[in-house]
Amino acid sequence: MLDYSIQIAGESSLILYPPQQMSAEVNQWVLAACQQIEQALADVLLDVTPSYASILVSYNPLQTDHFLVKARIRHALAAQSGESQQAGKLVELPVYYSEESGPDLTRLAKLHQLSIEQVIELHQAPLYRVYAIGFAPGFAYMGEVDERLATPRLDSPRAKVPKGAVAIADRQTAVYPAESPGGWNLLGLCPLQLFDPSKTPSMPVAVGDQVRFTAIDKAEFLRLGGVL
Amino acid sequence: MSGFRIEQPGLLCTLQDQGRFGQSRLGLTTAGPADGHAFRWANALLGNTPGSCALEITLGGLQLSAEQDTAIAVCGAAVPLSINGKPKALWQGHTIKAGDRIELGMATAGVRAYLAVADGFRVAEQFGSCATVLREGIGGLDGGKLQAGQLLPLTKPAAAMASQQLFALPERFWPDYQSPLTLRLIEGYQCEDFSVAERQRFYQHPYQISPKSDRMGCRLQGPPLHCQRSKMLSEGICYGAVQVPPDGQPIVLLSDRQTLGGYPKLGSVLSLDCWQLAQRSAGFELQFAAISIEQAHNLLHLQEQRFWQQHSQLEVL
Repeated sequence: MLDYSIQIAGESSLILYPPQQMSAEVNQWVLAACQQIEQALADVLLDVTPSYASILVSYNPLQTDHFLVKARIRHALAAQSGESQQAGKLVELPVYYSEESGPDLTRLAKLHQLSIEQVIELHQAPLYRVYAIGFAPGFAYMGEVDERLATPRLDSPRAKVPKGAVAIADRQTAVYPAESPGGWNLLGLCPLQLFDPSKTPSMPVAVGDQVRFTAIDKAEFLRLGGVL
Repeated sequence: MSGFRIEQPGLLCTLQDQGRFGQSRLGLTTAGPADGHAFRWANALLGNTPGSCALEITLGGLQLSAEQDTAIAVCGAAVPLSINGKPKALWQGHTIKAGDRIELGMATAGVRAYLAVADGFRVAEQFGSCATVLREGIGGLDGGKLQAGQLLPLTKPAAAMASQQLFALPERFWPDYQSPLTLRLIEGYQCEDFSVAERQRFYQHPYQISPKSDRMGCRLQGPPLHCQRSKMLSEGICYGAVQVPPDGQPIVLLSDRQTLGGYPKLGSVLSLDCWQLAQRSAGFELQFAAISIEQAHNLLHLQEQRFWQQHSQLEVL
C-alpha cells in the first residue's frame, strides 16, 4: 500500500497523488486504485482520469460533496488488496525506422554519438509500459526510453506530425495516433491504426499494457497499410 | 428523412449535447456546450430532456430552412433571430412549419447562441455523446463543423407536434453578457507552488481575454506568473482549471480541454463563471477572486434552486 494525498482540483474534482515518480509500481497502484474507486463510488462519479502518478476523480457536486467523496475514497482504498490487478497485455507495434519516415533519426544519432542502427536498436530493446493515455485520443505515453537516447522536446514544435509517427521526448516514447502539431523527436512510422472510433476497443493498448516496437522494412510497412 | 437544411453555417456552428463523460481514459475530452446556462434554457423552453442535442452557434450568421414542422428556442448571445424575415424574440419557444426560413444575424452581445429543437436533433452518438470536438474529429454529423447543404435530422415527428408546449423566460432573468466579470477560483492542484506574492499579483491585477481563445481554453494576458516548480508529471485536467505555462500567462481550460497536461495549475474556476467567460470576447478585462470549495458547492446548489425558481415563473405560450 502506497501513501497518497487527496487534494482539491476544482468544484467537482479531487486529485489523488501517490509518490510523484514515473515507476511501474506507482502506476500499477494508480490502476488498481482507479478500479476500486470506480466500483465504490459509481453512483456519483462523472469521470476518473488516471495518469503516471495521479488520479483525477470528478463527481456530481449536486449529489454529494468533497468531504463525503474523500471519505469514500479513503474507505475504498483501505480495503484495497494491493496487487490484485492482473498484468497488462503485451502489444507489438511494427515500426519502419528510416530517414524518410523518421526526420529526427540522423540528428539524434549525431547528438548522442551513435550510429543510426544503434539508435534503432536502443529504441527497440526495452519492453515499454503504457503509463497514461491523453493529450489526444489514443495517444499513449510509454516509458522508459534508454538513457542514451533521452532527448528533450524540440524548441519549437512542428505544425504537422504525421499519423503513426513514432517519437521520443526525454525518456518517454509514443506513437501519434493522428496527424497533429507536436514537439517530440520523430524516429519512424507505425502502420497500425492507434485509434479507431468505429472499432471496439478503439485502441490496441490500454494503461498498464506492455509494448514492444519491432523494426520492419519499407515493403512490410506499405503492405500493412502504411502511408509515406 | 427530413429536418433542417443548413443554408449558411456562419463562422462556426457545431452540434453539442451535455458532453462526453467517462471516456478520458481514451484521451477523449468532455466537450459539451461552452455556456451550459444558455444551453440548458434553450432545451428547457421546449420541455426537452436536459442535455438534448442542440446547435452551438459562434457569433451568429446561421441560416436554416425547415423541411418539417417542429419548434425551436434560441438562447445565449444576442443574435437577431428572424423566421421568414420576421424578427422573433430569443429566450422563448417558436413554432416552425415546413418551408420556414430561420435566420440568425451577428451577435451584438455575447459570443455563443444555442438553438434547440423539439426533443433535440437526432444524431448518432459516438462514445455516448453527439458533442462535436473538431480537434478529435469526433461527434456531430462527421466530426467537423457544420457545412452548407447538410441536413440536421429531428427526433420529434411532425405528427407529434400538436402536443408541443412552448415557454418564454421573462426578460428580467436574461443574463447580461457585458457586465464586469470576476472569475471565482477554487484553489487547488499546484497552488502552493506559487508564492504568496505571485498569488497576490494574480488576484490584484486584471487580465485580458486573448484573441487566441477557443472552446479548448480561454487564454489571458496580464502580469506573468512564476511557479516555483519547474518539472511535473502530466496529470488529469478538470473543467475550469487555470494552467500557467512557462510564459506565465494563465489559460482557463474549458469544454474541449486536453485530458492530461504537465503545466502547473492554480486551481479551477467555478463552472458558472466559465459559462459567463465563454460569452466574453477578446479584449474583455476580468479579475480573479478565491473562494473555498464549500462556497463553490453552495453556489452550485443556489444556482440549481434559482433555475427551478425561474422555471416556475416561465410564461406558457
